[in-house]
Amino acid sequence: MTPNLVYIVVIGVLFAAGVSMVLERSLTRVLMGMILLGNGVNLLILLGGEAGTPPIVGLGPDEEMADPLPQIMILTAIVITLGMTAFLLALAYRSWAMSGHDEVQDDVEDRRIMQLAERDQGSGTDDTDHTDAPPPADAPPPTDAPPPADREAAR
Amino acid sequence: MLAVLVLHTAAALLAPVLVRALGNRALYVLALVPAATFGWTLFQEAPLAEIYPWVPHLGMEMALRMGTLAWLMLLIVSGIGAVVLAYCARYFDEGDPALGRFAGIFLGFATAMTGLVVSDDLLLLYVFWELTTVFSYLLIGHKGEQAAGRRAAMQALVVTTAGGLAMLVGFVMLGHGAGTYRWSEIVAGPLPEGSAVAAVLILAGALSKSAIFPFSFWLPAAMAAPTPASAYLHAASMVKAGVFLLGLMGPMLAQAAPWRPVAVVAGVVTLLLGGWAAMRQHDLKLLLAYGTVSQLGLLTVAFGAATRTAALAGAALLLSHALFKAALFLVVGIIDRQAGTRDLRELSGLGRTAPVLAGIAGLAVASMAGVPPLAGFVGKESLFAAFEHGGTADRFVLLALVAGSALTVAYGLRFLWGAFARKPGHRSMELPRPGWAFLAPAGLLSVAGLAAGIGASWLDGVLTPYADLFSGPTGDHLALWHGLGLPLLLSVVVFAIGGVVFAGQLQGRPWPRQRLPQAESVYKRLMNAVDRAAVELTGATQRGSLPFSLGVILVVLVILGGSTLLFGGAPWPTGLRLWDTPLQLVAGAVVVGAALVAARSRRRLTAMILVGICGYGVAVLFVLHGAPDLALTQFLVETVTIVMFVLVLRRLPVRFSARPLRFTRVVRTVIAVATGVVAAGMAYVAVGGRIATPISVDFAEPAVSFGGGHNIVNVALVDIRAWDTMGEISVLVVAATGVASLIFRRSEALQRRRKEQGGQATPGGAWLRAGDNPEARRQSIILQVVARLLFHTIVLFSVYLLFSGHNAPGGGFAGGLVAGLALTTRYLAGGRRELNAAAPVDAGLLLGAGLLIAVGTGAAAMVAGGQVLQSALVDLTLPLLGHIHFATSAFFDIGVYLIVVALVLEILRSLGAELDRQHDVAAREERRALERQKEPV
Repeated sequence: MTPNLVYIVVIGVLFAAGVSMVLERSLTRVLMGMILLGNGVNLLILLGGEAGTPPIVGLGPDEEMADPLPQIMILTAIVITLGMTAFLLALAYRSWAMSGHDEVQDDVEDRRIMQLAERDQGSGTDDTDHTDAPPPADAPPPTDAPPPADREAAR
Repeated sequence: MLAVLVLHTAAALLAPVLVRALGNRALYVLALVPAATFGWTLFQEAPLAEIYPWVPHLGMEMALRMGTLAWLMLLIVSGIGAVVLAYCARYFDEGDPALGRFAGIFLGFATAMTGLVVSDDLLLLYVFWELTTVFSYLLIGHKGEQAAGRRAAMQALVVTTAGGLAMLVGFVMLGHGAGTYRWSEIVAGPLPEGSAVAAVLILAGALSKSAIFPFSFWLPAAMAAPTPASAYLHAASMVKAGVFLLGLMGPMLAQAAPWRPVAVVAGVVTLLLGGWAAMRQHDLKLLLAYGTVSQLGLLTVAFGAATRTAALAGAALLLSHALFKAALFLVVGIIDRQAGTRDLRELSGLGRTAPVLAGIAGLAVASMAGVPPLAGFVGKESLFAAFEHGGTADRFVLLALVAGSALTVAYGLRFLWGAFARKPGHRSMELPRPGWAFLAPAGLLSVAGLAAGIGASWLDGVLTPYADLFSGPTGDHLALWHGLGLPLLLSVVVFAIGGVVFAGQLQGRPWPRQRLPQAESVYKRLMNAVDRAAVELTGATQRGSLPFSLGVILVVLVILGGSTLLFGGAPWPTGLRLWDTPLQLVAGAVVVGAALVAARSRRRLTAMILVGICGYGVAVLFVLHGAPDLALTQFLVETVTIVMFVLVLRRLPVRFSARPLRFTRVVRTVIAVATGVVAAGMAYVAVGGRIATPISVDFAEPAVSFGGGHNIVNVALVDIRAWDTMGEISVLVVAATGVASLIFRRSEALQRRRKEQGGQATPGGAWLRAGDNPEARRQSIILQVVARLLFHTIVLFSVYLLFSGHNAPGGGFAGGLVAGLALTTRYLAGGRRELNAAAPVDAGLLLGAGLLIAVGTGAAAMVAGGQVLQSALVDLTLPLLGHIHFATSAFFDIGVYLIVVALVLEILRSLGAELDRQHDVAAREERRALERQKEPV
């Protein structure tokens, strides 16, 4: 098989555009990025099989038929994407209704552990030692703190 | 023996139910199970063997074997188990909610312990070994709300499991060397290679289980368990598992060099340290716990020495220790319950108020101290005799044994004095008289110790077959009277020293503090280090930011994927063609343009429409590639997606919020471009990577002959890869349910939804349901009429797609999506009332029905004698319709169709109708608030 330039370019662009959207914080934008990425991946899978006539027996000679296997896999992927899109959209709406925006926030528990690591403390869950002071009450950071990447950028 | 195990397991499972039904009396019923085991065992002739296949391809089997030692252990485990269970009926308060759980775990432990002693297969033994650890963990942590209990449970678990793992490695080495895991076969052969290492590893397991130095620290902490559990597990049975293993493997592994010295030295140290620590305790239960540690050391010396006489003495001591120590624990339990304290500084004068209890305890302590004619005396005499004639090393051991025994006498006296004596300066305590049913178990065990002592010659008869497994002089026997000799003299010395030591302590000499050089600090430091390392690792890798985590993953993809492409040695294709048809260029250009603009767009709707255009463009590419099914589905999915987005985006702000900072934008772009380049490279190489003949070249013929359809893609979906589709529709069901639960926030909303749907089905309503509703004013009447007229035609077309899909593009997915779009049209034209009129059913009902049909089709094939989801071809001739040829997989496709329709319906109901309603409610409230503000003016 000889590679087809149009496909290769389309796949590259879909991946790049999808990734750049996925790396954002707005959930609807992340979702759109996922859809673009999904299209790119589907095309990549499709390239694994020969192009040809539709895989319907009797339409043409069997030898000229396109490879049906990648198509079967992609069909499943397309429909699952629909289900996922619906779910994430509902999630985005819910997030907007509850907090006024649809941004993915930093995980509070992860932040707490990072702070413990900075203070060289254990989690206190090993139950062996009472002497460790419990983490101060103000340990969880305020949720509207800027993400670390942005904080670095601000500096 | 298998029957015993099954019976125990059943009892363990039934215990919670039984306790709930009968209350504390249930424990008497449950005690019948170990009691029956005891009775059965008593009349068995060792050895007894049973073998059942278990995991044949791993070479594992349920090989059960009961030698003499196992017979003795089984008697101890079942007998004391029954007695302690009967005791529990009085120990626990009537109606204690935790009793059912306790009884279940207790019997579960009894099962594991029984299995452990009768296992012949080493791997099976290991399984039971770890099961006892787990049950012990649960019993120690019985009061899970107390930190001390949790900590003690965790400590016991970690220490014994670590030892157990070492032991497993030892087992594997032994089994591998000998070529079999059945112990009875290993022991019959020569010593396998590498036995020295295996012996040390197995010792680690055995010593940690039996709380031998340096692992002793977990046992006193384990006293956090309820006292009956301590009596059973941490005195009579579980801690004996390690000693039992020493006794079982001693005949063979003592030939390995490290076995004897390691076991004997560890045992001697434990004997002395445990006895020493016991003298310092004020809590009676802790005193007994350290005494147990000390006695386990004694047993380890006996079995570790691995001579005939020592083994005989060890077996007798095993029995006597189980009897007196369990009895003493039960006595402490009674004191604790009746007096409310176990502190010997507070107890006073109990001997006068509870003479029977004092008698029981006295008998047990006498056995522990080795007073004739009790069982303890018989065992200890023999043990002294075992080391009587040896070399210098044996002399030292004998000296240590005498010292340890003297300490035993001293702390035994201390126990009796502490529990029962009248102390100066304290008033005698009035003890509520314990009932007979509470006293009897302890009394039974104490008296059994006396009986075993008097019946020493019988004991000698039954235990000699075990001792004969060891080498050594054969003349020694268990007996009450050996004649005047060194052992008897030593016994007298022991009593004398013990008495003097106790008297000295009573005079008020403070007992010297001895810091037990234990592995406990190592354990603590280790656990702390694990915790710290986990925090550091988690803190370093889990930064909590989704873009950061995704970025890391993508960078790894770029680096790994990119370097594999460049240096992985994959063959690069030689040629490159621009396109197959120029149409591809057109579609590709549209996709590329739309994607690039979408990525830069800051407005939600614009971005969405561009993403949709991308999807349509990809669909065109599918057509050009020769994939009409894909193209059809992609077109439909893309349309539904756009509708969904529009429904939600009308409520969200127009622009994306929080424009990221410049720096992160640059980083993002770099990652995005790099990923794109790597993906394009993969696409380029992948084409050349297809070397083997595709598996799908053989799909065409069976698709027609077995699947009964000409459209290979559809036949594959419903037949060849039907399991895959089954998983997929399950995901759709979950997604639809998830959408509904995210949008309908309260259960009242769900109920209202159900009512609305039901109410719309009444006949005689207006043709257009939006009708005279205020919301209808916003809607075009012409659009409504057109949607209403087209609706049935579209639905009919969707059904056509569903059934023609087997031979032409279409199928359940495409058909379901088309029907969903028909519903969407009705909703968009006339709002939620039109939607409910068009589909007066609950989406959940449709989802369930679809899944039922799909699963039912698969199951029906199985009932008919085929494989799950296998399809059959049916030819029918019906009136009017004529000849019909179809595959049963069509029913499966109908299930898929229903689920897809339901998914779209659920999306419309949730993201459409419910959002409308929430918006209306909010708007109405806002209006009201405005009016209220105006009024006072």
